[in-house]
Amino acid sequence: MKLRWRQAVYGYGFVGLWLVGFALFSLWPLVETLRYSLHAVTVTATGIALEFVGAANYARALAADPRFIELVISYTLETLVAVPVVLVFAITIALFLNLPLAGRGAFRTLFFLPVVITSGPVMRELVAQGATRLPGLAADPAWLAQLPGALQGAIAYLLEAFVLILWFSGVQILIYLASLQKIDRGLYEAAAIDGASAWEAFWKITLPALAAPTVVNAIYTIVTLSHFAENPVVRYIYERTYALQGGIGYASALAFVYFGVMALLLLLVALTLARWAQRGV
Amino acid sequence: MRKYLLGNRGRLGLLPHLALYAVLIAIGFVYLYPLLYMVVTSLKSPLDLLSPLVEWVPTELYWGNYARAVRVLGYGRALGASALMSIVPSLLQAAVTSLVGYGLARYRFRGRALVWLLILLTFIIPPQTTFIPLMLRYRELGLLGSPLALILPAALGQGYRSAIFVLIFYLAFRSLPQALEESARLDGASELRIFASIAIPSALAAYIVALVFSVVWYWNETFLTGIFLEGGAATLPLRLAQFAQAYERLYPPGVVNPFERLNEAVRMSGTMLNILPPLVMYFILQRWFVESLERTGVTGE
Repeated sequence: MKLRWRQAVYGYGFVGLWLVGFALFSLWPLVETLRYSLHAVTVTATGIALEFVGAANYARALAADPRFIELVISYTLETLVAVPVVLVFAITIALFLNLPLAGRGAFRTLFFLPVVITSGPVMRELVAQGATRLPGLAADPAWLAQLPGALQGAIAYLLEAFVLILWFSGVQILIYLASLQKIDRGLYEAAAIDGASAWEAFWKITLPALAAPTVVNAIYTIVTLSHFAENPVVRYIYERTYALQGGIGYASALAFVYFGVMALLLLLVALTLARWAQRGV
Repeated sequence: MRKYLLGNRGRLGLLPHLALYAVLIAIGFVYLYPLLYMVVTSLKSPLDLLSPLVEWVPTELYWGNYARAVRVLGYGRALGASALMSIVPSLLQAAVTSLVGYGLARYRFRGRALVWLLILLTFIIPPQTTFIPLMLRYRELGLLGSPLALILPAALGQGYRSAIFVLIFYLAFRSLPQALEESARLDGASELRIFASIAIPSALAAYIVALVFSVVWYWNETFLTGIFLEGGAATLPLRLAQFAQAYERLYPPGVVNPFERLNEAVRMSGTMLNILPPLVMYFILQRWFVESLERTGVTGE
């Protein structure tokens, strides 16, 4: 009994500072933003003035702001396109780098490099120069116009920013690589003795081992893409915050709608992948 | 001979080797294409830019773009601001998140699961749902534009991506053997002393990993940095975001000769100057980056 109490005291002693920080810098602002989203907020000389407007900000965001809706839809589609691209690319590269090749350390350094330099303004410069397009690919292929409207935007984004999307795979490659290296070599030997081909071993041993890290990587990818400073929805919310019309109250509502959409996306992808992980491929 | 070319189970032959290298180099080229483009373009003279004959190899190495980009970015000051705004919060963040990681790894207490849930929450919530009240409060307190606006959250463990660092430290401390700590406890050492003199020295690798990741992530962060440092010293990426305006203030388009107008080469020089410091740091410390995740055991489980 006494031991349990001691454990709790020390445990909270170590975690305490963080909990205070959480209350001050995460929880309080989150609740406060939620409150703003239900008010018309005016910035005054001494602080802010709130006037309760109920769900008006949300109604405006969802029903009277076609620009925002358009941005959120394309964000959703782009994320759904980008996540599989990142995951498949990361798995492929990790499998390559797990082979007994001389100089794989150098390749590993190369494929991780973008993590170090990816910032919003750098990306903006590169995209503006057309340097993130797949080299050798036409800027606006004719077949693009044949696709249905919503998909067109997402595919155009994939083409225009292909390399940029790949640049978000650095951390994921390392996570896959670490999981690959933890697979027991003996499993492959046993499978070979039983007459399994390398191909079968890949599907029955390698891929199932990558199921759990895939869930982690998918969440990491979605969060990184959604928080990225160059994300159009993020930029729109930023602009709205400083806009005269609506201002802070409206931007707060936009932020929560965005959070909601992002949470749904996370839930959808995580649940789909987790089911796949449980079935063992 | 056949065995040598094609290899057998467990050993790759010459041909598969060559094929693998070809594929990896091709993918690597596509992957680094934007960087190569940046380096080459930044060294082109205005004449090379216009010439259809010059694509990958400039006729001369023209450093004039860099000279102008250094002026436009206010490089010295911006570099200082970036270094300050990435190193100081990172140090504090590493200190506090390691405390949390240790607490979670070493003590069992009610509410541990809840703490983990809150940590996950801080990872997921978009900064857009929290920055407005903080910005307003900072303005009231006169902290907007001061380095403290970024340092305070980090000092309380709420810095940029702190959840990942808690996880790194948790895994590092969990994998340490407890025997040494137990014997120190029997000798009457206090918990804080055990942490400081036994746990920290054995987990130095985790500290280095957390620091290097934190520094590059802070370096590249522009959303909160831009808002909280408004009116204060701008970091390099923030200066880059204002590059065109700053350029035209220094070299007004109507006044300077056509060759000194803003062009891709100058913009790419500015971008290059921006990524150069983290790039240098990466090449010096690269093993701490790429071996880190295996070392700390961050995987799916």
